[in-house]
Amino acid sequence: MTAPADAAAAGPGSPRALLRAMLRVRRLEEACVRLYTEQKIRGFLHVSIGEEAVVAGVTSALEPGDAIVATYREHGHALLAGIPARKLMAEMYGRAEGCSHGRGGSMHLFDADARFFGGNAIVAGGLPLAVGLALADAMQGRDRVTVCFFGEGAMAEGEFHESINLAALWRLPVLFCCENNLYAMGTALARSESQTDLALKASSYGVPSWEVDGMDALAVADAARKAVDSVRAGGGPYFLELRTYRFRAHSMFDPERYRERAEVAAWMERDPIPLLRSSLTSAGDLDDAGWAALEREAEDEVQDAIAFAEAGTLEPIETLERFVYSEGRAP
Amino acid sequence: MKTTYREAMRAALREALQRDDRVFLMGEDVGAYGGCYAVSLGLLEEFGPERVRDTPLSESGFVGAGIGAALNGMRPIVEIMTVNFSLLALDQIVNSAASLLHMSGGQFNVPLVIRMTTGAGRQLGAQHSHSLEGWYAHIPGLRLLAPATLEDARGMLWTALADPDPVLIFEHGSLYAAEGELADDAGPVGIDRAEIRRPGTDVTLITYGGTLPLTLDAAAQLAERGVAAEVIDLRTLRPLDEETILASVARTHRAVIVDEAWRSGSLSAEIAARIAEKAFYELDAPVARVCGAEVPMPYPKHLEEAALPSAARVVAAALEAVGAGA
Repeated sequence: MTAPADAAAAGPGSPRALLRAMLRVRRLEEACVRLYTEQKIRGFLHVSIGEEAVVAGVTSALEPGDAIVATYREHGHALLAGIPARKLMAEMYGRAEGCSHGRGGSMHLFDADARFFGGNAIVAGGLPLAVGLALADAMQGRDRVTVCFFGEGAMAEGEFHESINLAALWRLPVLFCCENNLYAMGTALARSESQTDLALKASSYGVPSWEVDGMDALAVADAARKAVDSVRAGGGPYFLELRTYRFRAHSMFDPERYRERAEVAAWMERDPIPLLRSSLTSAGDLDDAGWAALEREAEDEVQDAIAFAEAGTLEPIETLERFVYSEGRAP
Repeated sequence: MKTTYREAMRAALREALQRDDRVFLMGEDVGAYGGCYAVSLGLLEEFGPERVRDTPLSESGFVGAGIGAALNGMRPIVEIMTVNFSLLALDQIVNSAASLLHMSGGQFNVPLVIRMTTGAGRQLGAQHSHSLEGWYAHIPGLRLLAPATLEDARGMLWTALADPDPVLIFEHGSLYAAEGELADDAGPVGIDRAEIRRPGTDVTLITYGGTLPLTLDAAAQLAERGVAAEVIDLRTLRPLDEETILASVARTHRAVIVDEAWRSGSLSAEIAARIAEKAFYELDAPVARVCGAEVPMPYPKHLEEAALPSAARVVAAALEAVGAGA
């Protein structure tokens, strides 16, 4: 990238924008881990530290109106979908000001404005929803795309097969993004799948399927752009296997007995943030001051979010049974 | 006009497809086959494959797709062949459809209608005959309907479609062929209240869906023996119209619950508990239940019949309650 002033270079898929997006997610999640140990955040907390290139790259290819369905490891997806960090952090705190009114917590982030449909803690449970969101778009003649994120563990679930089959059969505008971090909680891919070539597996449904280096934000953004363009142009569903790695445990409760420290260390050598930073630096597109500015911005956003969450209010107990049924029967 | 339960359901589907472009029907064999109980016969020809969609055999996939479509502006009617098969979609129904509104803090309601058959009586064995609607009645966030009459078969669907939340409609397989008179202008009906199908003063018989006809039969037999039974058709299994039940028990002081489902942990158990909680001092006799035998449904006719509630068993239970038992 040699022309940082170029409009395209400054767009959402530009290296600098990707770096900024990844940094925002990283700092937010690092804060979540800290706050979890301080018991400000409770429940299960699954962070995606190490996997930021996937979400930054894929979301960079989306447009307003596109929908996202994600898993329980979705803080980054939610943030980059456009949910304000304040609302996310308030949700972690269980505050009324949270993006799900405090009723969802870390695993159930939702936001209608951002068209962010969870935050789904049932592995593969979001896949049929994504198919349905896309079906509605197709039936109503809208050229929106629905992106569905899921882990490689979901590919062993029947719902993966049911969903991709249905999407392919009806040529629906869904982008299936498999975040292959090699472990379904503690079960390694080779111990759970007879076919470990996931793109091959997906392609058996007649869906264009590609394997992408999920530690390289530029590669992800590039693949996502092609995929989204194809889906939006009416090409039917598309599948990306994004090969990535989570640097931290599955959740804050995970003693991590199932993988070697050396393996984690080897993957950390390919941390997507330093990787992109050094490539920008060596191309002369980012100096230390530029990096410091990005760092400061990310940190400020997190601190502001924490302050907002700390000052948040709790829903009164009297509202406990709200939102079980809609208020007012007319749709 | 003379019609059948099946034709009344079909008329309701046709009207829904005509009235609202957002409505579409989706499920296994709803199109080319004509609906496995012939409910949607002819609708594919009338509305085309976009709006009458045959799905693959993937209950979780197409029920979940229905939820997604409902979230995104459509009004899907999803048909699952039987309640037994709906277990393959249980995750989507419970973890998504029923939970999304609450989990999202009120942002995402799911205006989805799911229809399915339920019940036994046709010698279909243990994997096509169960009455599992009571399980769904356990789940907050769902509304459950059990049309037992032609009016309800014709009228509940449109009201269900107007509901912003997921509605499950349970159609007892033995009712489809039921024939009777239905007003030409029959239209939408309320889905909030139970109905007293036969007034009486001596005992309240509480039932719904497929067991309504035999319960009415039992009430007629009881009348011949001088016992005036009141018959309540629940119509909506969740939320329960407790008020109608309690008011009736306050008049008759005796209750018999008729439910084809198994007794343990059932809807009949819930109703009995509520009567005990809220109308205990009104009771002149223990609450009685006539339920299905606690076995996976056997195939042979005599065993299936023995496993199911019958008018004779209801009569016996009611006579016992009024102190006129053998």
